[in-house]
Amino acid sequence: MTRAATSDTFADNARHALADPALQGALAFVETNFPARRRAVVDALPEFEALRDSARDIKAHTLAHLDLYLEAWEARVTEQGGQVHYAPTAADANRIVLDICRAAGARTVSKGKSMVGEEIGINEHLEQHGIVPVETDLGEYIIQIRGEMPSHIIMPAVHLNRHQVAADFRRVHADLPKDRDLDSAAALLNEARATLRRTFLSADVGITGANFLVAETGSSVIVTNEGNGDLTCTLPRVHIVLASIEKLVPTLEDMAQLVRVLARSATAQEMSVYTTITTGPRRAADPDGPHEYHVVIVDNGRSAMLAGEFRDMLRCIRCGACLNHCPVYHAVGGHAYGFVYPGPMGAVLTPSLIGVDRAGALPEASTFCGRCEEVCPVRIPLPRLMRFWRDRAFAQHLPSPVSRAALAAWGFLAARPWLYRGVTGLGTRLLARLGRVRGRFAWLPLAGGFTATRDLAAPQGATFQQQWRQRAASGPERPRPRTVPSGNPHGRGSEPLVAEPRAAPAPAADRPSGRPRPVAVGEPERPRGPEARP
Amino acid sequence: MAVSKRVGLLVTCLVDLVRPSVGFAAARLLEDAGCAVAVPSQTCCGQPAFNAGDRRTARRIAEQVIAVFEPFDYVVVPSGSCAGQVRLHYPEIFQGDPAWQPRADAVADKTFELTQFLVDVCGVTGVASRFSGRATYHDSCSSLRELGVRLQPRKLLASVEGLDLIELADTDVCCGFGGTFCVKYPEISDRMVGKKATAVTATGADLLLAGDLGCLLNIAGKLSRDGSGVTVRHVAEVLAGAVDAPAIGTAPPAVPTPTEAKP
Repeated sequence: MTRAATSDTFADNARHALADPALQGALAFVETNFPARRRAVVDALPEFEALRDSARDIKAHTLAHLDLYLEAWEARVTEQGGQVHYAPTAADANRIVLDICRAAGARTVSKGKSMVGEEIGINEHLEQHGIVPVETDLGEYIIQIRGEMPSHIIMPAVHLNRHQVAADFRRVHADLPKDRDLDSAAALLNEARATLRRTFLSADVGITGANFLVAETGSSVIVTNEGNGDLTCTLPRVHIVLASIEKLVPTLEDMAQLVRVLARSATAQEMSVYTTITTGPRRAADPDGPHEYHVVIVDNGRSAMLAGEFRDMLRCIRCGACLNHCPVYHAVGGHAYGFVYPGPMGAVLTPSLIGVDRAGALPEASTFCGRCEEVCPVRIPLPRLMRFWRDRAFAQHLPSPVSRAALAAWGFLAARPWLYRGVTGLGTRLLARLGRVRGRFAWLPLAGGFTATRDLAAPQGATFQQQWRQRAASGPERPRPRTVPSGNPHGRGSEPLVAEPRAAPAPAADRPSGRPRPVAVGEPERPRGPEARP
Repeated sequence: MAVSKRVGLLVTCLVDLVRPSVGFAAARLLEDAGCAVAVPSQTCCGQPAFNAGDRRTARRIAEQVIAVFEPFDYVVVPSGSCAGQVRLHYPEIFQGDPAWQPRADAVADKTFELTQFLVDVCGVTGVASRFSGRATYHDSCSSLRELGVRLQPRKLLASVEGLDLIELADTDVCCGFGGTFCVKYPEISDRMVGKKATAVTATGADLLLAGDLGCLLNIAGKLSRDGSGVTVRHVAEVLAGAVDAPAIGTAPPAVPTPTEAKP
């Protein structure tokens, strides 16, 4: 089964996140730094937008012919002595990995960063069966010792500050002297490096993810900055690559194009520090490398996405730009999303993996501001895909009865203009009367969440349509007032239901002669245009 | 004079119900640009239903809008969000429908956000209004990203005599309104609008303008609750010189007694 999730309590998770000062400090760092850094590196590459088109097309083409590319890739892997294992579900993937580890007699497994590994919960599965998995990516290592999910797809521990990490190291690293200095990021890195070095040397199996699987060569590719991935795939006797089916690309050239948009979008680097291409197990002339090379290729719901309206999501190259630019992510962080994929990409992917009945809140929690789509290197229409989930949730009657009833009542009115005019005409005049003293409300029924922290402007008076028609009906001979009548700032002079105008007349000196009206600041002097009639 | 453009003003439900002065300001700007403005009977563009996943209701309302507005040369909307709904999402709603898709596409093609229409279609290069003060401008997400409207309102505002326009930081970041989002997730929405209000205050401007009443109600509500002195108006009001209505969420200046206030 896929890893346990708490996406169904998103609203509560979000409230806790908003009240967590340490988390908010960490999120401010993401919000302040990552969009600006990406902007700078993108601006420095004139062909970046063309590269995005190319990246989108490469992925779309591959998905359209995925069966052919999978076959070609598998043949190349096998030719070179590797083994391919197809895992239709997360449980299948876990079972296959465990079987390989057992066959290798493994007790310790070193792990490179793998989001699909997080998705299927491979660490938990291995632990349950007596095998110790050790994450070797620094961020993944930190969240592993904290027993947490990643809060970001490329910076799993971005929700933490270094003081929190230092405290975790002191708790877990039993041999750490009490006076050991862990105050700087460099000190933390050195401590983790020393600990992990022992793991690299003792691990029987290394598990990495894959950023790409290359069909023409049968290679797997990882893009990293720490070098831990290289040690994970070369030092142990057995290397297992965990990859989902959409990681396929046709050629090395395609991979190279995608790498150019990936690093810029993810970390604002031109290239990641390491781009590691692994092809099969160690050959006779190789100085090092694993004796066995396995690829466990995970479907876990992706074939269904391929066949339906969520296919575009399979273009995702897991750069995290949509998270880095999402104002909702900036507010609540990754853990609020309740599963391993947060932010806009998670709001589309998670319902595919755990069901819209459990993850329906995620695509709801968006203003559809579109900043994610604007930065997506493979141009995934993320807001549209979130809306598709809302369509499904609505069709399954998942939204609350109150919100459904409110929507139905509004929809009934909006589809009946005569009734709508009557009801809204009365409603706005009532609200205008109630709100006339301050011009706003500090509280309104049904808007309690909004008005808890914000005022809500009161309507000016009669609706625009009422006023417009009254002016039209007042006859073509009389010049129609071209703005809201002066001295009548709420536009309700002709609305007997509403109280008298409340504006004080402007000083007489300000009034244009012959037209007894106060002149507001900024009143223009202009030639009069044609007087069109409604 | 050449035959004027016949414009159907899709005033938006928020302007219709909450702030009619924006509708009159928009009509005035259009008339000054040589358009014949009409206001056909209308309710809403249907975006709330569309974004809630209720495609059936969204479609019913969209059919109504299309039928009412298709006789006009242009449909002009004082909102990027509602203009975006018609321009981008109506064709999506009717995709593949042989009867309705051509009609939806035709209306979509002639629908514009107000400042976009004035500058790009009418060729307006400036307005003849005055407003003394320092203003900042908030780009709505749909104007900016769905319609590509960014320079048009700035170009028009630059021609307002006495107006000093100061750019806001992070103009591409959402204010947190998001339609029903601000009611469904009020705490997240509040955090977002809190950041936006802080950015507005940081400009030192005394007036915030935008082209979407949704954003304006949200940001004005936050500024007002926080006791900020920044006033908030729709950009059309300042461009049309129609600023005699009190700013959003404010009452007219207090008067000694109501009876004395009668003109």
